Amino acid sequence: MKSCKEVHRLVIEGQDRKLGFTERFSLRVHLMLCAACRRFDAQMDLLRQALRRFPGD
Amino acid sequence: MTDPDLQQSLQQMRPTLLRFAMLQLRNEAAAEDVVQETLLAALEGKSSFSGRSQLKTWAVSILRNKIVDHLRRGSREGSLPQVDEQGDEDFDALFDGTGHWQEAPGDWGDPAKVLEQRGFYEVLELCMKALPENLARVFTMREVLGFETEEICKELKMSSSNCWVVLYRARMRLRECLQLRWFGAR
Ligand SMILES: [Zn+2]
Repeated sequence: MKSCKEVHRLVIEGQDRKLGFTERFSLRVHLMLCAACRRFDAQMDLLRQALRRFPGD
Repeated sequence: MTDPDLQQSLQQMRPTLLRFAMLQLRNEAAAEDVVQETLLAALEGKSSFSGRSQLKTWAVSILRNKIVDHLRRGSREGSLPQVDEQGDEDFDALFDGTGHWQEAPGDWGDPAKVLEQRGFYEVLELCMKALPENLARVFTMREVLGFETEEICKELKMSSSNCWVVLYRARMRLRECLQLRWFGAR
């Protein structure tokens, strides 16, 4: 299994490039099992949603 | 909206538009220019608006296009400093020797609620301003202006790997800043 360090990198790169099949697979497996990385993934998701709505109201 | 209403609404929007432009262009004169062009385009536009928020969405979208044009012109003149691809040590410190989080990421809560919270966007803007210019340029093109990554690399004549590194660092820094100034401070 990939480490959290490798996975946080995949989470971020996944926002800017299309991940390969193996990358997506190992990412999903890790996220299923690791709450810390799930929260990290959610943080990146929030960041993206916030910026898409920039400059806010 | 009547003409005087429109003019007044646009005038009130001006500071917001200017801040938005400054964030991406980092140059006061250039930001003034694109905002001026946007306001003119809005006044000359034949579109009709039922209200302020619709007008704002429209003005921001014109402004985005003006900023994109400006950035394209700028990149042809070649002005973006390249980043050093080495040296991720600052983020390596987030993990221990076996690749586990030193400190597990916090729960930021429901995005829909967070984004409605008063003051959130001020803090986000503060954090964007704190990014070094080369990171901010690439990152706002990607996230605020909605470019595809390959398009950015091409426009700015950067290698793909350089692009990934820049975007990675920008996201990590913003995360750190928001954690410190917003989520950790509540
Ligand atoms: Zn993990």
